[in-house]
Amino acid sequence: MKIAIASGKGGTGKSTLAVNLAYLLSKMNKNVCLLDCDVEEPNCHIFLKPEIKSTQKIFLPVPEADNEKCTGCGKCTEICQFNSLALIKNSIMVFPELCHNCGGCWRICSEKALVKAQKEIGEVQEAKSGNLHFIHGKTKIAEPMSPPLINAVKEKGNSADVEIIDCPPGTSCPMIAAIEGADYVILVTEPTPFGLYDLKLAVDVVKKLKFNAGIVINKSSYNDHLIEDFAAKKNMEILAKIPDDKKIAEYYSTGGIIIEKIPEYKEIFENLNERISNNKR
Amino acid sequence: MKIAVSSTADTSDSAVDLRFGRASGFIIYDLEKESFEFVNNEQNLNAMQGAGVQAAQIVVNQNVGALITGHCGPKAFKVLSAAGIKIFVGAEGSIKEVIEKYKNNELQQALEADVKGHWV
Repeated sequence: MKIAIASGKGGTGKSTLAVNLAYLLSKMNKNVCLLDCDVEEPNCHIFLKPEIKSTQKIFLPVPEADNEKCTGCGKCTEICQFNSLALIKNSIMVFPELCHNCGGCWRICSEKALVKAQKEIGEVQEAKSGNLHFIHGKTKIAEPMSPPLINAVKEKGNSADVEIIDCPPGTSCPMIAAIEGADYVILVTEPTPFGLYDLKLAVDVVKKLKFNAGIVINKSSYNDHLIEDFAAKKNMEILAKIPDDKKIAEYYSTGGIIIEKIPEYKEIFENLNERISNNKR
Repeated sequence: MKIAVSSTADTSDSAVDLRFGRASGFIIYDLEKESFEFVNNEQNLNAMQGAGVQAAQIVVNQNVGALITGHCGPKAFKVLSAAGIKIFVGAEGSIKEVIEKYKNNELQQALEADVKGHWV
């Protein structure tokens, strides 16, 4: 079973939820794989402190010009939809940072003046502690495209009973890449106007893509009605509420697992797990 | 020799477009014939990315010796320089005025991009 944890707004508690849920399930003797797909700023490792066992560099294919062979026909610049090639007389200039890796240019070039080369976009790291398998991706600095790296992280996680996917914030390509293939999507929000605004966008995405999904209110407070009214209107279940408790914030800031330190919160995560299991069926 | 000026519209009274990649178009002025034509850059106005590269490609294809514009980013600068086009930034006013300034050597040639990409 694959559970994706997404949000819309950043900083609502995706990683907190992902880490604690993964930890709980691993203590229930399940084979768990936690995939930190927030590859632009992964942070689950700060809480789990895993010992990294392997690191794999991830590459994407980009064109490289062999200008001795260029006849200046310009077919490659015509097929490129991302303006990553310029033709100057009989010579091609490549801007790999604009390339979306479609391979059109080196396929259309009959002179083989453009060939496929590799560009490093980041790395995927794996760790294992007990029956908790941990995988995350780290984008190479200044690399703008994260979905291929997110997919590389997800490809590694195919053997566990439960996969927990910590998604990037937002509702654009990286978030979609991360939730793709999930059996259930948890949308974490906070009861503020900002939280609600971005939750609406995230709900639109999961509804449009026909995911099973529910909502968790983090930093739950007197303002919960903001989220509850919206959830009722959209026929979405509130799966759990995590209180706005200073103890959580304090322990979080030291990089710990909350249910380990504050056992009274374990029940919230147990109930959450049960609800997701019921919903999935 | 021909020169290109980024322009907000298609007449010689039009204002210089301060943007290069996302300029409305380019006035291509022939210094010998003292005539000009307008080349549209409309497709790049809404380009998702790489507007500078593509606008530079348009200018390169016009076989000009110089480009006059407001600002020029690094990728466009690279393409234009590779084609041997001299780049003059910081231009403002009407197309007519800047062409006069160019003829009187009153414009300063840029030796590097004067803005980063996406400067607007």
